[in-house]
Amino acid sequence: MNLDYTPDEIAFQQRMRAFFAANIDERLRALVRTGTRLEPREYVAYQQLLAAQGWGAPTWPTEYGGTGWTPTQYYIFEAESARADAPQQFHQGLELIGPVLFTYGSDAQKQKYLPRIISGEDWWCQGYSEPGAGSDLASLKTRAVRDGDHYVVTGQKIWTSYAHAASHMFCLVRTEIRPRRQEGISLLLIDMKSPGIRVRPILTLDERHHVNEVFLDEVRVPAEDLVGEEGKGWNYGKVLLDRERGLSAALGLRLGQYVRVVKSRAAAVRLGATTLLADPGFRDKLAQIEIEMLALEYMGLRTLADAVAGLDSGPRASMLKIRWSELIQRITELWVEALGYDAACFAPLDDATDLPADMPSPMASYLHARVTTIYGGANEVQRNIIARRSLGL
Amino acid sequence: MDFLLTAEQDLLRDSITRFALEHGDFAKWRRALPAGPHNQAAWSQMAELGWLAIAVPEAAGGLGGSAVETMLVMEGLGRALSREPYVGTAVIAPALIDDPAILAAIIAGETRIALAVAETGNRFNLAAAETTATGGTLTGTKSFVHDGATADWFIVSAQTGPALTLHLVPRDAPGLTITPIRGPDHRHHARLTLANTPTRPLQGGLDALESAVDRAIAAHLAEAVGSMEALRDMTLAYLKTREQFGATIGSFQALQHRMVDIALACEEARSMLYFATLRLDAPAPDRRIAVSAAKTRIGQTARFVAHQSVQLHGGIGTSDELPVSHHLKRLMIIETLYGNSDHHRARFAAATDAA
Ligand SMILES: Cc1cc2nc3c(=O)[nH]c(=O)nc-3n(C[C@H](O)[C@H](O)[C@H](O)COP(=O)(O)OP(=O)(O)OC[C@H]3O[C@@H](n4cnc5c(N)ncnc54)[C@H](O)[C@@H]3O)c2cc1C
Repeated sequence: MNLDYTPDEIAFQQRMRAFFAANIDERLRALVRTGTRLEPREYVAYQQLLAAQGWGAPTWPTEYGGTGWTPTQYYIFEAESARADAPQQFHQGLELIGPVLFTYGSDAQKQKYLPRIISGEDWWCQGYSEPGAGSDLASLKTRAVRDGDHYVVTGQKIWTSYAHAASHMFCLVRTEIRPRRQEGISLLLIDMKSPGIRVRPILTLDERHHVNEVFLDEVRVPAEDLVGEEGKGWNYGKVLLDRERGLSAALGLRLGQYVRVVKSRAAAVRLGATTLLADPGFRDKLAQIEIEMLALEYMGLRTLADAVAGLDSGPRASMLKIRWSELIQRITELWVEALGYDAACFAPLDDATDLPADMPSPMASYLHARVTTIYGGANEVQRNIIARRSLGL
Repeated sequence: MDFLLTAEQDLLRDSITRFALEHGDFAKWRRALPAGPHNQAAWSQMAELGWLAIAVPEAAGGLGGSAVETMLVMEGLGRALSREPYVGTAVIAPALIDDPAILAAIIAGETRIALAVAETGNRFNLAAAETTATGGTLTGTKSFVHDGATADWFIVSAQTGPALTLHLVPRDAPGLTITPIRGPDHRHHARLTLANTPTRPLQGGLDALESAVDRAIAAHLAEAVGSMEALRDMTLAYLKTREQFGATIGSFQALQHRMVDIALACEEARSMLYFATLRLDAPAPDRRIAVSAAKTRIGQTARFVAHQSVQLHGGIGTSDELPVSHHLKRLMIIETLYGNSDHHRARFAAATDAA
C-alpha cells in the first residue's frame, strides 16, 4: 500500500495543473467557486475548450475520440480541475448516453452521435422519469408503437434536466407489455426538434429553471434511432454501473470548493473582536465536515484503485454517492449559517440594489443541494439496493 | 397546571383556522407573489378580528391579551405561509412604543412597523450597535430589517455613549435610505442606511429591547410550529397516496420510521413552544433560558422536518410548485431571525450559568 503517484502520473498532474491555470478565466472560476449553476452555453464553451485539447471525453476509449486515460489519470484531471475552480463537464451526454452508444449502439449511431457529444454540438437530456415512475422506473408508461420504419411515441416525461436546452433526448419507452415490467422497455434517441414534443419548465426550489416536463404526442422517431434491440433497453444501463466505480471515486473532489468559500466567508463575519471562523463552535462543525470529506476521499481512492486493478468494489460506489450527497447538503447548510442575515437577502427588488457578498449563491446552493439525495436514484432506494444486493438482506 | 385553552382562546383558534383556510390556498398564494408582499384584504380582516390589538394594552384601546393568544394567531399564519408583518407591527411595536396615535393605527391595521437591529458588525448581538445616536440624529447601517421594505415606521437601535437606545424613525425621514430586498421566503425585507436622520427617542433601552425580541422570537416559533405541522400533515398525506413499486410509499418501513421522526419532532417543537410562550413574563434569566432553549430546539427540529418533508416527496418536493419547499425556506429564515440555533445555545448556556 502507498499513497503516491508514479513519476508519469506526477508529470501528467503538472500538465493538467498548467492547463487549468492558463485556460480558466477568473469570471468562470468565480462562478464555480461560489457554487453558481452554469448556463448551458457556459457548459458548451467549456466542453469546446477541452475538445480542442483532445480531452473532450476524458473517460472514453481512444477509438471513440476519448482520451483513453487510466482511471488514475481521470482522477488527477478531475482533482486539478476542482483545485482550479474549473467547472465539471455536463455529464448526461458524456457519461449517461455516450458509453451506452459505444457499447451497444450501431456503427451508424456511433459515427453520427459520438463526435458531436465530444464537440459540444449536441446536448443530450435524459428522458427516463415519469410522473408515475420515479424510484420505480420500470413502471414507465410512455408508449412507442412501431409504424413502418418509425416508432410513434406518446407519453410524458418529468424532471428532465435541461430539456429546454437539449438537441436530443435519450428516452426509455415501452414497446411491449410484458409480465416482467423490465422487459418490453426500449431505448430511443429522439431529436428534440421533432414535431409533437412540448417542453414545460418547472422551477426548482432555488428559483432556477433547470428541470422540465416533456410531453410527447405521436412523435415519429426513425427506427434507426433505436439503441440495441427492441425491448432490451432496461439492460443497457448496466454498462453505466460498471463505469460508476471510476467516476464516483472523483465525486468528493468538488466538495473542497465549498470548504474554501465557507472559510473565507466565515473569516469575514465579525463576532465582537473576533471572527466567526475563530469561533470554537463553528470551527468544530466545519472540522467535522472536513473530516468526513476526508473519509469520502479515501473511500474514493480505494474505489479508484479497485477500478485500476479491475476489482469489484461491491457497493462502495453507491455508498460514495450517499455520503457525497449528505456532505454537500451539510456544507452548503453551514455556508448559509455563516452568512447569518445576509443569506435572507436573496433577490434585489430593483436594478440598483446590490446583494451581500456571494449572495444568492449560498442560499441557492443550499436549496439546490436538497435534490442531490433525490435525483439519480433517491438515497432510500440506494440503501435498499445495497441492503438487498450487497448485504443479502 | 394544564395546557388547555380558555373558551375564548378556543374561539380565537377556530377563527384563525378559518382565516388560514381562506387565505392559505397555495395556488392563490403563489399567483399573488408578483403583486407584492402583502394581502391588504387579509390585513384588514386581521384588524377587524381584533388580532392586531392582542398585544396592545387595554388602556391604549387594545385587548391586553396574553402571549398564548399571539401564539394561536402565529401558528395559523405559519400554517398558511402568511407574509403579513404581524410580529413587527403587532408584537414588537406594542412592547416598545407607547404613543397612543401609533397604537391606535396598529389596531386599525393602518400602519406597519419593523425592527431594525441587525448590523454586519454585530451578528446576532442586540447589545452591540455601531449605529450612533448623537445630538438628536442617527447615523449607521442596518443590514437586515425583517419585512422592512414596506414598513411605515422603524424601531432602530443605536449607541448613545455607553448606552443602547431605541428610536422611532418614519419611512420618509430625512437621510433615511430604504433598500428593499426579497427573501427566499418571498417577503420584502430591507437594508437601511441612516445619515444624520432625526430621531424620536423611545423609552426603553437594552432590557426593553431584549424582552420585546424574546416576545418576537416566541411568536416566530409559533409560526414555525404551524409551518412544521403543515409539512407533517402534507407529507403524511403524500405517503398515503403516492404509489411506487405497486404500493403506497407509506408502506415502506424506512419511510414509516422517518415519518414517525417527523411527527416526534413536531411534538417536541410544540412542547418547547409552550415552554417559551408561558415563560415570557418570567424574570429575565428564566425567560432567557426558556426562549433560547426553544429557539435552539425548534430551529433544529424545523430543519429536520423541512428537509425530510422535501425528501419524502421526492422530485416534486424540490419544485417551486408545491408549498413544501416554501415552508422549508420560511423555516430557514425563522431559524436565522434574532439568532440561529448556535447563538441561542450559547445564550442558553450563559443564562443557566447565571441562574
Ligand atoms: C433536480 C432533479 C433533476 C432530475 N433530472 C432528471 C433527468 O434529467 N432525467 C430523468 O429521467 N429524471 C431526472 N430526475 C428524476 C429523479 O431521478 C427522480 O426524482 C427520482 O428517481 C425519485 O423519483 P420521484 O421523484 O418520483 O420520487 P418517488 O419515487 O415518488 O419517491 C418519493 C419518496 O419515496 C421514497 N421511496 C420510493 N420507493 C421507496 C422504497 N422502495 N423504499 C423506501 N423509500 C422509497 C423515495 O426515496 C422518496 O423519498 C431529476 C430529479 C430532480 C429532483
